[in-house]
Formats: sequence, C-alpha cells, structure tokens
Amino acid sequence: MTRNQPVHVQPVVSMNDVSKFFGAFQALNTVSIDISMGERVVVCGPSGSGKSTLIRCINQLEKHDGGSITINGTTLDGSRASLKSIHDNVGMVFQQFNLFPHLSVLDNLTLGPIRSRKMSKSDANELAMQYLERVRIPEQAEKYPTQLSGGQQQRVAIARSLCMEPNIMLFDEPTSALDPEMINEVLDVMVELAESGMTMICVTHEMGFARRVADTMIFMDHGEIVEKSDKEKFFTAPDSERCQEFLQQILPH
Amino acid sequence: MNKLNMIKLLLAAGFVLMLTGCSGDWGWYVVDPTTPKGQTNLKFLLSGIYYTIALSVTAIIISVIVGLLVALPALSSNKVLIGFNRVYVELVRAVPILVMILWVYYGMPQLLGITITVFWAGVIALALSDSAFEAEIFRAGIQSIDKGQYEASHTVALSYFDTMRFIILPQAIRRILPALGNQLVYMLKMSSLVSVIGMQELTRKANELVVTEYRPLEIYTILLLEYLVLILIVSAGVRWLERRLSQ
Repeated sequence: MTRNQPVHVQPVVSMNDVSKFFGAFQALNTVSIDISMGERVVVCGPSGSGKSTLIRCINQLEKHDGGSITINGTTLDGSRASLKSIHDNVGMVFQQFNLFPHLSVLDNLTLGPIRSRKMSKSDANELAMQYLERVRIPEQAEKYPTQLSGGQQQRVAIARSLCMEPNIMLFDEPTSALDPEMINEVLDVMVELAESGMTMICVTHEMGFARRVADTMIFMDHGEIVEKSDKEKFFTAPDSERCQEFLQQILPH
Repeated sequence: MNKLNMIKLLLAAGFVLMLTGCSGDWGWYVVDPTTPKGQTNLKFLLSGIYYTIALSVTAIIISVIVGLLVALPALSSNKVLIGFNRVYVELVRAVPILVMILWVYYGMPQLLGITITVFWAGVIALALSDSAFEAEIFRAGIQSIDKGQYEASHTVALSYFDTMRFIILPQAIRRILPALGNQLVYMLKMSSLVSVIGMQELTRKANELVVTEYRPLEIYTILLLEYLVLILIVSAGVRWLERRLSQ
C-alpha cells in the first residue's frame, strides 16, 4: 500500500450492465454508468432510446431485469432497505408535473415530509415556504395546482421534490410539456439548483441548458449509451456518427 | 331543498291528485290527518321510517368498507388476489337480493349454529349484495386515476396505505360519488325487501295496515310517497356533497 494512493470516491449512483425489457422490447441493453456526488449529467437521444427508462430505473419506477444498480452504496434489490435508500436519496421531476390536484400547493409540498419524515406540520410548512421561495412562487402556496400556469406547476413539482431533501435529482423531460414562454422560468430554477451542487441527472433536449450546467453528456440510442463524454468534447467532436447526426438535427442552425 | 327537487315533489303531488280524479273508489279517510283514526294510521305508517333508515345506512356503511376491501386486491399484480376479487364479485352479484335475505335469515344460522336478529340478517344480506357492486365502482374509480399520481407518491416516499389514503382515494371518491349516491338510493329501496322476514320498516308497516284496514290503494300510495321523499332528500344530499367536493 502506498501512501499516495488516491482516495477512492464511491459513486453515488452506479449502474452495471442494466437491462430492461417491456415484453419482447428491450428498452435498456446492458447499460453501465457511474455518477459521482455533485455531478450534473444530461441525457439526450431520440424518442424510444431508453433515456426515461434509464432514470426511472434509478428510483425503481421501473424494475430492471438484469444487471445491478447501487444508490449511495445500497444495491437496489426490491428490499425494504433499498426502498428506503431510494426514498432518502432520490427526488424526481416529471414531464407531466404529477402534482396532487386535490391538494393545495403547500399540502403538495408538506405531505411527504409530514407522513414519511414524521416532521411536525409547522416545521414542514416552514420547509415548504423556504423551497417555494427558492422556486420564486411563495405567493401561490394556498392555491391549487390547476390554478397555476404550466411553468409554475413544474416549479412547484421541483420544490415538492426538494422538500424531501434528496441527494440526487432526476428530471424526466421537465420542460417538454410546457409552452415555449414558460420553459426558461423552469430552466432558471434548474440552473440554480445545479449551481448549488446538487447531483442531477436530466433527460432533456434543452441543449442551451446542457451547455450551461452539464459535466457529463450522454447520448442514448436503442437502449444503449452510444456516447458519454464531457460537454466540450460532446458538442464539438463526438465520437459516434449517430450522435453527430442527432446533434445536427436538434441544434439551432 | 333546491328548486329542482321542489318541482319533482310538486309533480309527484300533482300525479297523486290526478289519480284521485280517476274513477277509482278512493277512501282517503284511512289516513285522514283530521280524524283520530287517520292520525293513528299515519303514525303507524311513518313509524317504520326508523328501521328503513337504520337498515339502509348501516348496510351501506358496511358494504362500502367491504367493497373497498374487495376492490383493492383487484388492483395488485398478484394473480391470487385478482382471482379472489373476480370470484367474490361474480358469486355475490349473481344472488338475487331477496334470495340473499332468505338465505341469510333462514339458512345461515343453521349452517353456523347461531341465532340472528331480523335487523342484522337484513343488514348482512343487503350489505353483502351491495358490496360486489361497490367493489366494481371502487375498482373503476381507482383505475381512472393517472399512474403519475402513484409515481409522484413514490418519489415523496409515501407508503402504499398513505398513497391510497391521501392521494388515490380522495380523488377516486370524488369521481365515483354519483355512483355511490346511486347505490345509497338503491339500498333504501331494496330495504323494503327485508319486510318479508318481518322487519318492521316502512313496507312491513304498510302491509300490516292493509291487512287491518283493507285500503291498499291509499296506504300503498302513502308508502310510495314516503320512499319518494326519503330518496329526494338523499339525492339532494349527494348533490350537495358533490358540489362541496368539486370546489
């Protein structure tokens, strides 16, 4: 043992040869990836390429069929311990927001902390207001989701996830369901979150956002990671032809 | 009572007046509230209302709970649980309510070696019959909730029971409220069948009075109006609840 051996940093998310099938369709084909604490990863690729399935496997909204996934050292095997690890570590924001329509904005935010973290109502309210201020809509706390614009709803959804104080945030096409004029208000919140040091894995086609915050870019096609590189290399000289074609199609001329 | 129900009631009253205009031989004296005898008869007829309501309300509460418990297994991915739901619903739904009442009152005590009161036999039979329908209503309501709601519940670490209690059921119940109201109305009407095993509810009282007074037309007309008023009140209540919950 030498004294100069580098400290081994355990990845916060580790996927090894992960496969996922929907019937006969293979959505993920032996995908492997390590993500370290504080890393910002942007995943892109054509529809049906397995991007969403990839991040949905990380919090087990989809159970993987082969390979292994580790979150903060806990292997996801369907046990109580692995479920707790997901609940303690992973937050998620959906394309369709998935707010609870029958609850006020404040109740949307506090239900998780009160029921699963056993937090008192007043502490949870304080926490929720803190995060609503962070996404810049504290004045909407008493309203119901349907009374808000899409952009506001998505910011509430982000605040709801943050109230669970996760270590890793997953974003599944968070701006794809929004009208164009509302995209930036959501991206601004995400940029701020990235700058605060949150570990983020974002499935998105917002390449401006990717250029700004990503440490690592991933391009997926047919359930495989085709390209994985830092953003400079990714946007200037990607190795794979498919990735080049894809970037040409989605980047503005 | 709102305007619509007032109109319905007036129409019903008009209909009864029209009937009196028919050539039939009416004898309203049996229920004439100005005579002591009419008063006694009316009181006798109305005295059944307690058991009609007690029977229906107890049965609907039990059947909603049983219905929900039967519906939940149908939503799992476990084949045995789904099978239990299908068998329960198909078997219970296939038994006519009157047959169920007779079986529970005369058959079940012999089978289990117990004694059972008329009231509880009625409650069990009505609740059992209705629970299969409640189960299907709950299943439809819960299945109509977007799966994104379950996924969001998972991401804020809610347990299965908390997800059902705070997220899925409150939304499902709003959607199935008209159907649940229907079942309550249905239950009120079906409670009249429990008269055959001697339950002293509205229909039984009317039957008994007919035997002594021999004026079936007037007495059964009153009975009909009793159910109408009860059910209009229930309808108004359900609509009020729907409006309140939709806010």
